[in-house]
Amino acid sequence: MPETLPADSVGLVTPQQARFDEPLPLACGKTLPAYELVYETYGELNAERSNAVLICHALSGHHHAAGYHSPDDRKPGWWDAHIGPGKAIDTDRFFVVSLNNLGGCHGSTGPCHINPETGRLWGPEFPVMTVGDWVDSQVRLADRLGIERFAAVVGGSLGGMQVLQWAMRYPERIANAVVIAATPRLTAQNIAFNEVARQAIRSDPDFHGGWYAAHDTVPRRGLKLARMVGHITYLSEHSMGAKFGRDLRSDELNFGYDVEFQVESYLRYQGDAFSTAFDANTYLLMTKALDYFDPAADHQGDLAAALAPASCRFLVVSFSTDWRFTPERSRELVDALMRARKPVSYAAIDSPHGHDAFLLPDQRYGAVFGGFMKRVARDLGLEERH
Amino acid sequence: MRPDLTLIHRWVPEGAQVLDLACGDGTLLDALARDKGVTGYGLEIDPDGITACLERGVNVIEQDLDQGLANFDDDACDLVIMTQALQALRRPDRMLDEMLRVASEAIITFPNFAYWRHRLYLGFKGFMPVSRSLPYAWYDTPNIHLSTFNDFERLCTDKGLVITDRAVGRGDHESHWSSRLWPNLFGEIAIFRVGRGEARRHG
Repeated sequence: MPETLPADSVGLVTPQQARFDEPLPLACGKTLPAYELVYETYGELNAERSNAVLICHALSGHHHAAGYHSPDDRKPGWWDAHIGPGKAIDTDRFFVVSLNNLGGCHGSTGPCHINPETGRLWGPEFPVMTVGDWVDSQVRLADRLGIERFAAVVGGSLGGMQVLQWAMRYPERIANAVVIAATPRLTAQNIAFNEVARQAIRSDPDFHGGWYAAHDTVPRRGLKLARMVGHITYLSEHSMGAKFGRDLRSDELNFGYDVEFQVESYLRYQGDAFSTAFDANTYLLMTKALDYFDPAADHQGDLAAALAPASCRFLVVSFSTDWRFTPERSRELVDALMRARKPVSYAAIDSPHGHDAFLLPDQRYGAVFGGFMKRVARDLGLEERH
Repeated sequence: MRPDLTLIHRWVPEGAQVLDLACGDGTLLDALARDKGVTGYGLEIDPDGITACLERGVNVIEQDLDQGLANFDDDACDLVIMTQALQALRRPDRMLDEMLRVASEAIITFPNFAYWRHRLYLGFKGFMPVSRSLPYAWYDTPNIHLSTFNDFERLCTDKGLVITDRAVGRGDHESHWSSRLWPNLFGEIAIFRVGRGEARRHG
């Protein structure tokens, strides 16, 4: 954390926990008997409970979206660029709820927790979650917090899929939907990259069929490879080139297989850091949730028909160099929303940063996102809180 | 509101589903939504225009008109409006076809190059006219397909389209008898309301 807290930071935050004892039926046919969700909130819920915004996280995200947990934290939450006083999601106006999804590895019930039926870790036996399951669990958290209708549900990438699911499954509980750098379904190429990541993890000898904890180990090499592949898809060719080019770590080629190029060093570093911080079983099930999401599938491939129940306003945002979920995928969603005659706006942000652009600050992105949220606040009669 | 927009506002039926091509800051759609319960979308590529629309609550889609309207179905809406943009497109004739595929009616406004001030400017000064409605120099103008009242009427006739209304806007002679009699000479802004021709309607 910087020595003095920036004025546009939500400051120090403490995660909270909510326990749910009502069983949660899942898409896979199983039922989660009971579960806990860890979440954070920023800003204050108003008396009418009308100013709540839900943040849905992406593949490797979690509940810590903004602010700092302790003064010793080196970095703020993952979406601090867009959540805080005066930022796009203005915490002077909105009450922000950000949770860790079920199956995650940051505190909510997941593979690293004890399965009450067996008395041992869930591990690979934790049910494969779907976007719909997550949204069902998020609705219960909203109930717990007394939020009948969110002013907005917001998310990037896999988070954007959850936003869509909210709009379709719980139309009366969401006034606005912000879908950023997302897609209405993965392409074959997207699924292929996910499969490489899964194979990297599952073929690691330390994986032990997902029971690595019982063997007192972690499939570190697999996770590292999975992250390296993933990371390549998050960046653009341009941003990688601009960052590393063909720079060498030392001055000359050494005709071997150790790290030579800076980009190799960077990827290894990212992979190593991730492999000690993230759970392999969680990574596997999160990629499956991505693969399975396809709301049009239940409507003979007609996305507009799938979106018909939605009654909120939509903002869809894409980034020019995002080749993971390209602007064309966002266009597909926008066109379907227009065909379904839903209120929708779309901005295609010019950015060199690939898929990761949705996490970063950018003037135009901020203006678009903030402009839409300002209108949300105005429509709800939310005045700035001082 | 710009005079041409005021006139269009009058022509749009209550509750229409509208597509506003090059909607700018969303002034027209915003007014139509409030006053006439009109719904629809604005298409725009200018970042400031898009942000202004978002803040107003106007549905705006970032889309380059030169790429066409292929993402809209036939009869996707009731009315397509395009103000002061036709002359900046690569193929205005094709856009006209597209507009009347997507809706059965279109309202189009553009600067009339045959406006008397433009004629005098070119005739006497010998330079490309620069005016209120054509504020650019020849080398940096986005207006690459300038035309006249008469040109547009001929295009509509060639395409078998029906002109249901025409007016002039924003000239000194806006409400003057001269611009009603001789719009090609005294109208600074041309405003047309066009519908599909018989063949189209039954085809």
